[in-house]
Amino acid sequence: MTINGRHEGLRAASPAWRCASFLIAVGVLAPVLTLAWLAFGSGLGHWGPLFAHVLPQAALNTAMLLAGVGVLVLVIGTGCAWLVTAHDFPGRGVLHWALLLPLAMPTYIVAFAYLDLLHPIGPVQGAIRWVLGFDSPRQFRLPDLRSIPGAIFVLGFVLYPYVYMTARAMFMTQPAHLMEAARTLGESRRGAFFRVALPLARPALAVGLSLALLETLNDIGASEFLGVNTLTVAVYTTWITRSDLAGAAQIACAMLFVVVALVWLERNGRQHQRFGSAQRMRAVQPRRLHGGAAWAVSAAAALPVLIGFVAPALYLVRESFKRLHQGGGISQGLVASLGNTLALASGVTAATVAAGLVVAWASRSQGAGLANRARWQARAATLGYAVPGTVLAIGLLTPALAFDSALATAFGWQGLPLMGAGIVLVVACAIRFLAMPVGGIEAGLARIPPAIEQASRLLGETTGGTLRRVHLPLLRPAIATGALLVFVDAMKELPATLLLRPANFDTLATWLYAEAARGTYEEGAIAALAIVLAGLLPVLLLARNQLGAPSVAPGLDQTP
Amino acid sequence: MSSPLHLDAIQLAYDTPRGPHTVVDGFSLALDAGEIGCLFGPSGCGKTTVLRAIAGFEPVRAGTVRLGDVLLSSAQKHLPPEQRHVGMMFQEYALFPHLSAAKNVAFGLRRLDRTAQQSRVAEMLALVGLDDAGERYPHELSGGQQQRVALARALAPSPALLLLDEPFSNLDGGTRERLAAEVRGILKQAGQTAILVTHNEAEAHAMADRIGVMHGGRITHWLDAAA
Repeated sequence: MTINGRHEGLRAASPAWRCASFLIAVGVLAPVLTLAWLAFGSGLGHWGPLFAHVLPQAALNTAMLLAGVGVLVLVIGTGCAWLVTAHDFPGRGVLHWALLLPLAMPTYIVAFAYLDLLHPIGPVQGAIRWVLGFDSPRQFRLPDLRSIPGAIFVLGFVLYPYVYMTARAMFMTQPAHLMEAARTLGESRRGAFFRVALPLARPALAVGLSLALLETLNDIGASEFLGVNTLTVAVYTTWITRSDLAGAAQIACAMLFVVVALVWLERNGRQHQRFGSAQRMRAVQPRRLHGGAAWAVSAAAALPVLIGFVAPALYLVRESFKRLHQGGGISQGLVASLGNTLALASGVTAATVAAGLVVAWASRSQGAGLANRARWQARAATLGYAVPGTVLAIGLLTPALAFDSALATAFGWQGLPLMGAGIVLVVACAIRFLAMPVGGIEAGLARIPPAIEQASRLLGETTGGTLRRVHLPLLRPAIATGALLVFVDAMKELPATLLLRPANFDTLATWLYAEAARGTYEEGAIAALAIVLAGLLPVLLLARNQLGAPSVAPGLDQTP
Repeated sequence: MSSPLHLDAIQLAYDTPRGPHTVVDGFSLALDAGEIGCLFGPSGCGKTTVLRAIAGFEPVRAGTVRLGDVLLSSAQKHLPPEQRHVGMMFQEYALFPHLSAAKNVAFGLRRLDRTAQQSRVAEMLALVGLDDAGERYPHELSGGQQQRVALARALAPSPALLLLDEPFSNLDGGTRERLAAEVRGILKQAGQTAILVTHNEAEAHAMADRIGVMHGGRITHWLDAAA
């Protein structure tokens, strides 16, 4: 045996690992392939009525929503990232991480809160009327929130952190001397921002923008509450109210084109992201602002946090408190849905982390020669994050129902064993969230030197034993982070849960959805508050890991 | 359009948690129009800080900086960098990675119309011997070529004063001295007032008319550069 051969032998995964990884990749792609088969298999004649009645309006609404949210998140995200990176003002130390807080707010919860907050006879409009001296909503009211501009407002102020995050990371690593060079060439601070800092950040902005738009496309609650009939809402109603699976599959297919465009935007951005950070240089130092300008900037940077997090969070706290005080505690139904939510999130976390471990381990363990196939599997397995929950659910329905009826005939079981036990829902969530543990575990594995694995093998351990005794303990932080992210996202998940949940099975999210849809507003605030509190955990983790403390370097640099 | 430069007893400091830390105190320097001066000294002697103060990136705590008849900096006044007509070549070149070489050179020429811009860019690229590299991007250029683009970019708006911060430190020894002599030729041909900062003595002698040796934030003595 040659040295090379032995080395490769050490690193190769056993066929079982590779096979499992392959099956996971196929499983992730299955719903998408099913959709194409459903949409085109029934013949194009079927598309006629859809094109005539449903698609144009829903597609137009979705396009306007995407365009509006895109502009809003770019302006807020980039603007705040630049304010915080290049300026020093009162509150900067808090705002630089607080600007991430809206990430803890699912879009449907913010829409739920603002419908009540901005109601014509609600607190905000009442206060405005009181200040202006009107006494009836007939004399003065704000434009109705239930409209496309209203939905753009709500989604934009919740989703801007995706752009803020990538833009801030980019601005922090841009070398200061580029801005200084622009200044010596006659540009003002403003001009240098628009001609140098902004163009250099473009790839990073594209990544953040595409993630925010994928969330917009995935959203069902906010659009539904605000009465905007988007493609996602159309998929839901076509299947749930009209029971037209082929029609729902066709709309879902149309959405996949948007998904492909957004994923292309994201990948393209990531490829060009190395742009400015090639050299390690002194970063831009924040400029201290004084007086009115400083307070104006503080207010401007605080506004998105107030609108996207503080106001709705305070509203939820107040409503929950009121309810608990007067309403005599929590109903049985809400307790049951909390239990369901935790059970679902636990199941999804276990399944996703296990699958993520298999995919990451198999893609790493294959030698350089086999790298392409393994990497392809890993990439395919992590595509689920981009597929909207409704689209995923429609794609999973057909294979799941076929599987269920096969199981039912084979074992003589009643009804739908997989659907009824919520297993299809767990699979759908696992597909959607698989990218998080795979990414984390791959990064963790990359930090473990190959010599450690070789030592273990030379001491007589098998591949599996090495994974169990060496890598798993070392990977514990990466796995824990991935598990936390998946757990919280599964708790918040709404669109796929709505379509795939077993009969009479409510999670906190669907409980809230039902109340908002009925307009009853009873215990929805308590459910929402529980989701937001859980959602704060990963955001705090993110704030600590990604942004870190702003490094305070001395203002003058010395000649090396 | 080059102008004489006068630094009169300037003081420079940066803020630390324990109060201001003075780097340069009572520093004076005078340079005639078209003359090339050099600040020469070891790391941390404050020479780069002086350069950054002339460019307008650091405030002056005391004393004055004048370029021709214009007061650039004093304890009360601070003209922003973009209004100083001071060009700078950075140690790391600081070329804009998203712009081609020609666009980099044209960056400071916004006040000119398109045709005037183009002819000025062509003239500058020819001056530094890069006539046919205008369409290339910074990462496609060698270190020496990047350096020439940075020089062309700094000279293009005809600054009243050019600052060079360790301009050759990223190049190897042989290229370094050849380029230093070549850059001196270009600056002299343009009649450009300039200040060079370096810790390399050969480079100082190859470029400058006058060499001020710095120590502890002051010029301790002048060397004859005619050697």
